[in-house]
Amino acid sequence: MTDLLKTALHARHVELGAKMVPFAGYDMPVQYPMGVLKEHLHTREKAGLFDVSHMGQVFLVPKNKKFATAAKALEKLVPADIQSLEPGQQRYSQFLNEDGGILDDLMISRLAMEGYEHVLYLVVNAGCKITDYDHLEKHMPKGVEVQVKDDTLSLIALQGPRAAAVLGTLAPAVHDLVFMTHTDLELKGELETPVWAHVSRSGYTGEDGYEISVKHEDVGRLVDELLSYDDVEAIGLGARDSLRLEAGLCLYGHDIDTSVSPIEAGLFWSVQKHRRSADAGYFGAARVASDLADKTTKRLVGIKPEGRAPAREHTEVQDLDGNTIGEITSGGFGPTAGGPVAMGYVARKFTKAGTDVQLIVRGKARPAKITKLPFAPHNYYRGA
Amino acid sequence: MSTYFTEDHEWIKVDGDTGTVGISGYAAKALGDVVFVELPEVGAEFDKGDEAAVVESVKAASEVYSPVGGEVTAVNEALEEAPETVNASPDGDGWFLKIKIADADELSSLMDEAKYKTYCDGL
Repeated sequence: MTDLLKTALHARHVELGAKMVPFAGYDMPVQYPMGVLKEHLHTREKAGLFDVSHMGQVFLVPKNKKFATAAKALEKLVPADIQSLEPGQQRYSQFLNEDGGILDDLMISRLAMEGYEHVLYLVVNAGCKITDYDHLEKHMPKGVEVQVKDDTLSLIALQGPRAAAVLGTLAPAVHDLVFMTHTDLELKGELETPVWAHVSRSGYTGEDGYEISVKHEDVGRLVDELLSYDDVEAIGLGARDSLRLEAGLCLYGHDIDTSVSPIEAGLFWSVQKHRRSADAGYFGAARVASDLADKTTKRLVGIKPEGRAPAREHTEVQDLDGNTIGEITSGGFGPTAGGPVAMGYVARKFTKAGTDVQLIVRGKARPAKITKLPFAPHNYYRGA
Repeated sequence: MSTYFTEDHEWIKVDGDTGTVGISGYAAKALGDVVFVELPEVGAEFDKGDEAAVVESVKAASEVYSPVGGEVTAVNEALEEAPETVNASPDGDGWFLKIKIADADELSSLMDEAKYKTYCDGL
């Protein structure tokens, strides 16, 4: 067994009393003494602080300093439109293989800082990052440099309705960011010396909030400052999972992997209109186009078990006649929903909200309904 | 009344030939917030070590094994509406089921409270 990696915040997690577990090669906090349920509710009511430094942060830098060079190169690997990104904009997409299967999902930003507007900044999943970096190295042309920054940059997320008020005291300009935009600025507030940060208004909880990239040597004192606010609590991976499930957000390796296309995964919205044809010019474009046309393909849907019994990953989904129609890919208890919640794939003719299905939990058929996602309303900030 | 414990953190409180079964405070704390409990039917018969109930926390499902063999005579239906009672009172109101003990000799393989405490300290 290889040694687990540690983020720059590892000692603080231990000091805060976190229960540490191996996750994607890192020793990460799954919960703090507060417990998953209260951590989840605290994030929805106030603000939760997450260490997501295990995720990969990588820059694509075109040597000719032309944004279009980097954008066109990345557009070969992802279905999203990258060339139309304005400085300060961010977009969600997926790396696809040649068959249109999802290799990873990621956030793509075009930097806004003067003199760096040609640079793309990507955040990828911890569990996929090594293969993602290889994929980028293999497919980026010579003129586009791949700069992996995991050895210098940490990443934290501040999520919840109080996130803007708290981070706003460190830098008032963060109030002006709308969902899926970002900026680079100094965080100051009560900090003795300011922390230079890349701040984006986005996250993985369905709440308003920020993801904040800072240097390893600065992340500790920034976290100490944020945790000094009564509204802010440290939140572990357990609540991160229940929050994203209620928000209807996919988890790589569970809801999405190389066996499904973005269309099957319900990520149609992340493929801009002119990128939906078979000749759009990226790996997997043919699959995206054919899955859109083919009514026999499956779809990821929300599934609400009736009663209180959670239905976990790999639970069989049946129609009312007992025929297998799909499988749950994420399932558990939703503290905000106040009951069990799940996502899974079903054959396309069963995807209509309200359709009655049954779930086979420990050998017993339990009633459930196909439902619209999310289970907890998104509270993104889209402007005053 | 004597209370015995299993290595899987169930307890059984014995009163005559009937045992009340639950999970220990150690187990309840390790599981975290309990959100669902699946109980057996009254009249179900178990051998020692059979899966008798399921307890689910926010994150995962865990089995509760019968500490001894016997027939289920009652289940704690209150847990269906208030599963959090398992966290609030694991060795009291959070009990799972009552069982008519088929063979009292099976109790001798279980731990008493002092032994169980030593066992938990070593985990």
